[in-house]
Amino acid sequence: MMSSPIVVKHLTKTFRGTRSSGPVLALDAVNLIVEKGTCMAVVGESGSGKTTLGRIIVGLESADSGTVAVGGRLVSGRATRRERQRRSSQIQMVFQDPQSSLNRRLPVRVAIDEVLRIHSTLGAGPRAERCTELFEQVGLEARHLDALPSELSGGQRQRVAIARALAASPSVIVLDESVAALDVTVQAQILDLLTRLRQEQGLTYLFITHDLTVVQQIADNVVVMRKGAIVERGPTADVLGAPQHPYTQLLLECAPRPGWKPQRGVIRALRDESEKL
Amino acid sequence: MMARIFDRMGVLGCIAIGFIGIVLLAALFAPWIAPFDPTVGSVTQRYLGSSAVHLLGTDQAGRDIFSRLLWGARSSLTGPIIVVVVTAIFGTGIALIAVWWGGLVDAGLSRVLDLLFAFPNLLLAMLAIAVFGPSLTTAALALAIAYIPYTARVIRSQAMRERNLPYIRSPQLQGISGTVITMRHLMPNIAPLIITGATINFGFAMIELAALSFLGLGVQPPEADWGLMISNGQQSLLNGYPAESILAGLCIVITVASLGYVGERLGGRAAAGRKA
Repeated sequence: MMSSPIVVKHLTKTFRGTRSSGPVLALDAVNLIVEKGTCMAVVGESGSGKTTLGRIIVGLESADSGTVAVGGRLVSGRATRRERQRRSSQIQMVFQDPQSSLNRRLPVRVAIDEVLRIHSTLGAGPRAERCTELFEQVGLEARHLDALPSELSGGQRQRVAIARALAASPSVIVLDESVAALDVTVQAQILDLLTRLRQEQGLTYLFITHDLTVVQQIADNVVVMRKGAIVERGPTADVLGAPQHPYTQLLLECAPRPGWKPQRGVIRALRDESEKL
Repeated sequence: MMARIFDRMGVLGCIAIGFIGIVLLAALFAPWIAPFDPTVGSVTQRYLGSSAVHLLGTDQAGRDIFSRLLWGARSSLTGPIIVVVVTAIFGTGIALIAVWWGGLVDAGLSRVLDLLFAFPNLLLAMLAIAVFGPSLTTAALALAIAYIPYTARVIRSQAMRERNLPYIRSPQLQGISGTVITMRHLMPNIAPLIITGATINFGFAMIELAALSFLGLGVQPPEADWGLMISNGQQSLLNGYPAESILAGLCIVITVASLGYVGERLGGRAAAGRKA
């Protein structure tokens, strides 16, 4: 039997923090399994540890204890270059800010091409063809390949970042707030694109976000994180429809929606209750 | 093209660039423009005032001041160029190595730089000159070593910030080598800072090299050099002939001020350009 694409066991990470804050527990014995072909959303407020979780899973940071296995192989934050190369054909990351995720001085083609160069033995001609192909997959045109990032819109830049992630033909993609910097209409387009790509290529997503509307649109399952620990998990419809944990209820209560008026009393009561746990 | 330069530099900036251009041309074409040999004078021609033959008069050795200023532009520019180039190469190199390897390497290099910081620039230069003998090259190289920590520190902090941005992190996750990422992605994005730093350093180097020449530790007489001319002119100054010192000083001030202004304009743009 194939193991699940992402298996996180007892992951713990503490940051030294500032003198006034003292050490910060970013992850507190987190367990997480993401099944093949599904999209798992990780939600929580800033500082809940969700981004740290994503960074450790792709190997940008190392944990204090616990293990991460991607595609059955352990991930280490101190991997050799060869190991990183091998791992990147398994798992890729799309970052939050499409502005800074591309080198502003080079045409976007370079970003895709350098990945292909690492992951294939293709010559320059076939690589260029593959670049065009990848661009078409993410809804860009071949003429965009030679544009500088500044000549593209935020949504287009994020599409380039997705194309770069796909270039290594990974089976897992970690999306760290990948639509947070885009406006709502563009957000919807990118989410559609991501869903389509997932269905076509059988990809597995770990989608890190604070935006519950986004979760509803893309995720099969959700985990809710607070202060480094997972406080609630389950299928999206269940968690968002009938939240059990007061913190999840608080998040839902605080999410702006049409006709929404902040119920200060309710929010305060939920906050107090979740603080107690 | 001209409009773009004007946009970027403003009126003062264009005047500054004009001055720098004149100094560069003077340095390049000194052998052809200069009406007299800058090192040969005549006792019968001492302390002449300005005339059609000697545009700016002569010094106490009867040498043509105009010719000496033109030739002086050469050593006054080559010295700082050596300083700036050496500083930029090693400063950037050290900074990038520290940033890329991080951890112990970064800590070690930073401590070495701190140590160099503790030495006053001119003192370090004089130490080198005491060991290797006075010459323009020694003075320039010694100053370069003194400047490296400044450049390295500025570039290190900028590169540190860039390193954490996704456009660097992403290729790193792909397993692309550090050298490739540094050269292809990191370097071009900190290049504006390197250039600005070099422009500003140029001005400082010019003043400090002039100071060394003034002290007799840089360019050696009878060669022409602005710093040396100020020091030669000291005696004439007391004798009531201030032309040599004042003119050479003026050349230094105008060049340094122009470079400083252009550097500030470039720096301002580079800093603002990041947010555009």
